[in-house]
Amino acid sequence: MSNKEKHWQKTKGHMIMTLCLWAFFSMVIFLFGYEINSMSFLGYPLAYYMTAQGSLLAFVIIIFWFANKQEKIDEEFGFGEKED
Amino acid sequence: MFKGGFIQNLPKIYGLYTGGFIVFILMMAIAEQAGVTAKTIGILFVAFTVAIYALIGYLSRTVQVDAYYLAGRQVPTVFNGMATAADWMSGASFVALAGGVYFGGYSYMAFLVGWTGGYVLVSTLLAPYLRKFGCYTVPDFIGTRYGGNGVRFCAVLVLVLASFTYVTAQINATGTIAARALGIPFEAGVWVGLVSILLCSMLGGMRAVTWTQVAQYIVLIIAYLIPVFWISNKIGAGVFPHLMLGDEVARITELEGQFGLAKNSAADMKAAGVPGGLKSIAVAHAGVGAGGMAVWKYISLAICMMVGTASLPHILMRYFTTPSVKSARKSVAWSLFFIFLLYSSAPMLATLSKISLMDPNLPTGIIGKSIADVQSIEWVKQWSSQKQVFIADFNGDGILQLNEWFMRTGVVVLATPEVAGLPYVISGLVAAGGMAAAMSTADGLILAIANALSHDVYYNMIDPKADVRKRLIVARVLLVVIGAAGAYIASMRITSILGAVAWAFDFAMSGLFFPLVLGVWWKRATREGAIAGMLSGLAAGTAYLIYVYPKFLGNPAWLGIDHLRFGLIGAPVCLVVMVVVSLMTKAPDAATQRMVDEVRVPSGKSILGRAH
Repeated sequence: MSNKEKHWQKTKGHMIMTLCLWAFFSMVIFLFGYEINSMSFLGYPLAYYMTAQGSLLAFVIIIFWFANKQEKIDEEFGFGEKED
Repeated sequence: MFKGGFIQNLPKIYGLYTGGFIVFILMMAIAEQAGVTAKTIGILFVAFTVAIYALIGYLSRTVQVDAYYLAGRQVPTVFNGMATAADWMSGASFVALAGGVYFGGYSYMAFLVGWTGGYVLVSTLLAPYLRKFGCYTVPDFIGTRYGGNGVRFCAVLVLVLASFTYVTAQINATGTIAARALGIPFEAGVWVGLVSILLCSMLGGMRAVTWTQVAQYIVLIIAYLIPVFWISNKIGAGVFPHLMLGDEVARITELEGQFGLAKNSAADMKAAGVPGGLKSIAVAHAGVGAGGMAVWKYISLAICMMVGTASLPHILMRYFTTPSVKSARKSVAWSLFFIFLLYSSAPMLATLSKISLMDPNLPTGIIGKSIADVQSIEWVKQWSSQKQVFIADFNGDGILQLNEWFMRTGVVVLATPEVAGLPYVISGLVAAGGMAAAMSTADGLILAIANALSHDVYYNMIDPKADVRKRLIVARVLLVVIGAAGAYIASMRITSILGAVAWAFDFAMSGLFFPLVLGVWWKRATREGAIAGMLSGLAAGTAYLIYVYPKFLGNPAWLGIDHLRFGLIGAPVCLVVMVVVSLMTKAPDAATQRMVDEVRVPSGKSILGRAH
């Protein structure tokens, strides 16, 4: 497998991993919205908190993490960009 | 004090600008104390900020194609994040989002998750690859990747449909705010709004829009956050509302139980003469509906908004302007961070606004008081006269019940500063913020449409030999024509017929999501597949919309897929047709396959050059 193919394999894996996290915070927890709303976080009902703030914050963190890790993958295979 | 180029000095320039804006707010506060009227303050706020944007637009004028279409590909990561956030957050987000949460509760908040979660798709699937491609517009990518003017034209079609649905609502919003602040009729306000919008974009294209959007973001976020923090501290709800409103949410739930949540029948409301569009509180603030259908309605709406976000051309094109692929990726993260600042504040504003009205222990509480007393409150009088709030004494007991108090959704943002007893300067600031939000989105949308028509239709299909000067003249003429068309439709006040902002997301996801994503992620995708996918997806989605929308055929929704969610029909049709047709046709040639390989690698030259 060429260097390019290996890089693409790893990029794909990273993409799938990121989208799993995304699916968890955007869909999976809201499957149980009714059930988790009796729990509380920071004094808010949990499902209310997640849709008002928690999932939004999770997305911000996920994208920063995704971008940093993808940069490392690019550099590992020698495809990093020099100029910024 | 300014050594080096413009880009190196950006933090200083916008730092000074922010400081200047805060000084302006303080001056207005002093002027209010000195007895300047509320109306004058409102005019000064809107006029001053619009003048600044126009000045930035003028200073960013350009005669270069890559500056006009791509802002010279030198917009730094964080600044592009701010510009995207302003591009994204429309007048509707600014004015109506908190109101939507206020009346819609948990099920409405699927929009919050949808309008932020979509950025994860943008960053993982699209933005870095489109940046590497180096296209000027979204159809430019489709046209080059799949090859040919037919496929390019289909992409332009989806783009125009999705963006135009959205833009009339934005011009409508600038018109409403300009009319209110300047004290002129709505029809005139729309044209004042349009002129302000064009001043920002006409001379400098993407470059001018970028730098005005950054300025507009700063105004809109200050205008949104100051009231939230101020009210929270004033009523003693917490120094930092986002982390400290748990007690208030619990208190609202308790008061809902005490007052009772009752939904008024349409007949009762009609008999009492409640003006159209006004709502009473009938949905629990923090409660979650039980059952599979409630879950499906929430998740299906979130999916539509997320996938739609990742297909909207005016957002994707912002990531064409960064200096590198990695900065495009980081820039998505910053965009979402800046959006998060406003979106996470909307539910807090809704909570503060609701408890201010509902809690009888607060001096601002009105529910449970005598109607005669409530009607003599100054802000109630003023907003009632504009048909923005209404009281209907259904049970005739002279006491205001929860279901007898009606408000328009926008009032939650526009009137809460007054309700909570904040000085008028804050209301002026909120008007300037709403104007900034509506203008920045309108600019992004009009530019997306005009650029697609000038670059993809005019330059690539009609006159490929046109020189730079001619291309930029055509681009500017189209900008004015499209803006004028949007303003004309807005001034006819038929935007309600054109439907919800959500439609733009559904149109975009029906026609563009899979052709874009598969263009990068599936080498086997062919031109015929893309054309068939775009057209069938768009046709299926539109047909379903006509089938289900109450003002068209009005058939019962299938599996809860109503007119806000028709992308759930269009996008799968697009995917299936695109895959089947691609597999039936000949695989793309070696040159196209190499091009896709090249797009997948960040380093090296972009596929399309700086000037093309």
